[in-house]
Amino acid sequence: MSMSSGSSNLGFEVKDLELINLTKRFADFVAVDDLSLTIPAGSFFALLGPSGCGKTTTLRMVAGLEDPTEGQILLGGADLTRLKAYQRPVNTVFQSYALFPHLDVFENVAFGLRRRGIKDVSAAVTAMLELVELGNLSRRKPAQLSGGQQQRVAVARALINHPGVLLLDEPLGALDLKLRRQMQIELKRIQTEVGTSFVHVTHDQEEAMTMADTVAVMNKGRIEQMGAPVEIYDLPRTRFVATFLGQSNEVPGRVTGSSGRDILVDAAGARFAVPAARSAVETGDILVGVRPEKLSISTQGTDIGDGVNAVTGKVIDASFTGVSTQYLVMTSWGGEWMVFEQNHTLGATLRPGDEVIVHWRPEHTFGLAVDSPAVDGLVAESA
Amino acid sequence: MPAIVPTTTAKTDAPAASSGSSQRRSRTAYLLLLPGLGWLGVFFVIPIATLFFTSLQAPVEGRSGVYQAAFQISNYAQALGDYWPQFVRSFIYAGLATVLALVIAYPLAYFIAFKAGRWRALMLVLVVAPFFASFLLRTYAWRTILADEGAITTALNALHLLPEDRILNTSIAVVLGLTYNFLPFMILPLYASLEKIDPRLIEASGDLYARPFTGFRKVVFPLSLPGVVAGTLLTFIPAAGDFINARLLGAPGDSMVGTAIQVNFLQFRDYPIASALSFILMAFILVVVFTYIRRAGTEDLV
Repeated sequence: MSMSSGSSNLGFEVKDLELINLTKRFADFVAVDDLSLTIPAGSFFALLGPSGCGKTTTLRMVAGLEDPTEGQILLGGADLTRLKAYQRPVNTVFQSYALFPHLDVFENVAFGLRRRGIKDVSAAVTAMLELVELGNLSRRKPAQLSGGQQQRVAVARALINHPGVLLLDEPLGALDLKLRRQMQIELKRIQTEVGTSFVHVTHDQEEAMTMADTVAVMNKGRIEQMGAPVEIYDLPRTRFVATFLGQSNEVPGRVTGSSGRDILVDAAGARFAVPAARSAVETGDILVGVRPEKLSISTQGTDIGDGVNAVTGKVIDASFTGVSTQYLVMTSWGGEWMVFEQNHTLGATLRPGDEVIVHWRPEHTFGLAVDSPAVDGLVAESA
Repeated sequence: MPAIVPTTTAKTDAPAASSGSSQRRSRTAYLLLLPGLGWLGVFFVIPIATLFFTSLQAPVEGRSGVYQAAFQISNYAQALGDYWPQFVRSFIYAGLATVLALVIAYPLAYFIAFKAGRWRALMLVLVVAPFFASFLLRTYAWRTILADEGAITTALNALHLLPEDRILNTSIAVVLGLTYNFLPFMILPLYASLEKIDPRLIEASGDLYARPFTGFRKVVFPLSLPGVVAGTLLTFIPAAGDFINARLLGAPGDSMVGTAIQVNFLQFRDYPIASALSFILMAFILVVVFTYIRRAGTEDLV
């Protein structure tokens, strides 16, 4: 990125955040492992990963709440690494907010300004409370607010200081599903309005994909893959990313040749075409993968046409979810595949026990290295 | 109490149960209150009423130590007139001891709450440990610690720091004894309110440009005020009425109200004056406490 600093529409200084070889070692493990990363000014950036992957430690190092073992943190080219938290032009929206319970909304929001010796805070606080739509609650104590309102206060309290970058640590973790959706849109709106960079840490892949322009998937202190949500969802480069970011169906096989721009894979007694550009490996063992919504499902014997990849199996579960029907298919080699089918027609046409053929177009296929680990089951992280 | 104590209004809007079962439940609640009310009645209300009537009694002519029912309000004037220096000393000593205890206890309670980690339980046990030995015994121990030939007095004398060349049998010893004896009553409520403070609030204050000391002043201290109020009251009230420390560690001229009450009851057998003294002390303490709580409660905590 050529722009190192500039000015947003609300007078925010927007700056690039650079992490250079950032490492954090605790007594017996490496939380963040030689992380290098540039977050361009004005972007909404999500650090996504399971619990213990180092994402929160990374955020805390940027905030100055944790000292890096090695490496540097630069904001708009200025080195922050050795500065104390209170000296950094960076603010944080803490997990479960950490609002000051003895201060009302107004004083919570004014806290940072007052600490910097700004006398007349009321115009700035009022404007900020307008931005987060809390203008009428300024004299309430945090305990008298709902979760969503507390969230907004936390955002206002941080943003009022015009941070070079706003850090959000699992900001929506304490909210219920409906409110979380609403706040996702709200946070995105605020970010667009103020234009400053948001760095957002979450374990919720949907949250990351909804809000962020760029998602970095972290695992074991390293970034596995980084890019626009559509990009990394469509083309995961590691098995971890494929399984953490959404669901993935895989079949292990071996590369046997190529045809045009595709490589050909023999797996489970069938042949699959994988675009070479979409495969992490070009020879030897490979995992052929595809997303569940890219699949079509038909009873065996149906003509599926030529030039498609297909596996056979038996439906072991069908669940109707309204917009789609989700089938769990036991494949011929014993793997379980998930198929999402849009409910174009009325009712589920397939039942458990039906012999089916599951097929998809080669351009939706991706190839992964076999040795890279998957996410173990569903990763649930408590707040 | 300060307004920062969480309100419990939420409890009042619990859904109304059917009237029959709620009545039965409230009857059970009253039944459960009975032992406590009985205890209060027998051991608090009756003695205090007795004490009040005693404070108005008049002596029976010619028989020392025997009194009869009367309405002799002059007992109060006499008690106050004879013992006002003791009252003044009591409040000064208790006040000094409370301030000293706060200064000693706050950092200790802070450390236990935020920094002690796995030593926390052990440190709390150590705070309470002195209670395992008798109050009297511990105060006697201070006679040894502060003795004229003891290490502390000798050392301070070598530096010419003691105005009377000694500590024992001076007001300093009384204040030190009071501070020591009531210190746990300061530490425990302080610890309880500091321990409830989310350490992330301290991080948040740092994130919002507060230097460590400003963060303490603006966030931690205001949030610990309920503990400060409780601790100072729990120290000040018993210290003001104490008679052991002045007796064992002070000179006769350092006597406090507690000493005067004890002497009137047990030596002079002047029960009306002793009772009047007790009531005056109670009244003073109530005034001090209410003024203090009102101030602490309405003070702008920001």
